[in-house]
Amino acid sequence: MADYSHPDMLVSTGWVSEHSADENIRVVEVDVDTSAYDEGHIPGAVGWAWNTQLCDTVQRDIIPKDEFEKLMSSSGIGNDTTVILYGDNNNWFAAWALWQLKIYGHADVRLMNGGRKKWVAEGRDLSSDAPSPAEAGYTAADADNSIRAFLPDVHNAVDAGSVELVDVRSPDEFSGKILSPPGLPETCQRGGHIPGASNIPWAKACNEDGTFKNADELQALYAGAGITGAKPVIAYCRIGERSSHSWFVLKYLLGLDGVTNYDGSWTEWGNLVGAPIERGA
Amino acid sequence: MKPEDHSERTLELAGWPVRVTSYKLGGAYRAQADNVSPGANIARAKGATKEEAEQRVLAKAEERLAATRVMPLE
Repeated sequence: MADYSHPDMLVSTGWVSEHSADENIRVVEVDVDTSAYDEGHIPGAVGWAWNTQLCDTVQRDIIPKDEFEKLMSSSGIGNDTTVILYGDNNNWFAAWALWQLKIYGHADVRLMNGGRKKWVAEGRDLSSDAPSPAEAGYTAADADNSIRAFLPDVHNAVDAGSVELVDVRSPDEFSGKILSPPGLPETCQRGGHIPGASNIPWAKACNEDGTFKNADELQALYAGAGITGAKPVIAYCRIGERSSHSWFVLKYLLGLDGVTNYDGSWTEWGNLVGAPIERGA
Repeated sequence: MKPEDHSERTLELAGWPVRVTSYKLGGAYRAQADNVSPGANIARAKGATKEEAEQRVLAKAEERLAATRVMPLE
């Protein structure tokens, strides 16, 4: 069986159990539902709210550099700290946080394989005490947007057929049958997908316990859908968090070059006046 | 504290497949409902018993799922 291209980007729940209190390790929980952290989290873990702490709260964007530095510092994270991210929904927003940490150049950040789901299912310790880490000085690099796709990139790619476009939403969202995941608020005017996109739902990369499938299975999944890395790859979903998960798989587990996350995603494209849209499977 | 009595099951709610997970934590039961596809959390709830927590989470989830519109595809 082939190994992941960057196996060091993942740690197991068992590893976290043994090392979460180590000096120079900071565990951070990032959830879709930010109340999950308050219910109980890995002892010593800091909680980040994706919708207030990892976003620009005025314009739609990722967190600005100066706010990122403050967040890292107040979380007790220095430039040399190893950051372990985990969260609910199989690490959707944990992967999104990892993507942002990489944009701002953090050297050592990893995902806990299986996320919160696996930790809870294994009956491991949870705490409701929020830690108060000492401030750590943090200096972020200028944003590296080579792992981020913006609207013009996607427009150009669609026109030129120069990229492999991966829509990681559910088949019902991809077809346009629904405008958002069942039970979640609608955030776009139109259903469907960006012309030419392949639909490879993020969850196909995961096992039932929330861990990632092995490298051979992932290779078969993406290559079977025509995603080989022969061209640059742009992943998108609804708001960019599920596609961060798939971006992580493509970049770090399969080792493809030129993979970007289009965080504008369907809430941007599907709301554009005049943007071409395809419907159906 | 450790989560205990963990269980997970799938059922249909308001026409959508839903996964309900529940466990006991710190003297109370916690339940969460996720849509099966794509796997997003819809609701969380707390109760004195597993049944109570699940009943509450299913009520919340059903209300939210019922608001999901299905669009006609040409």
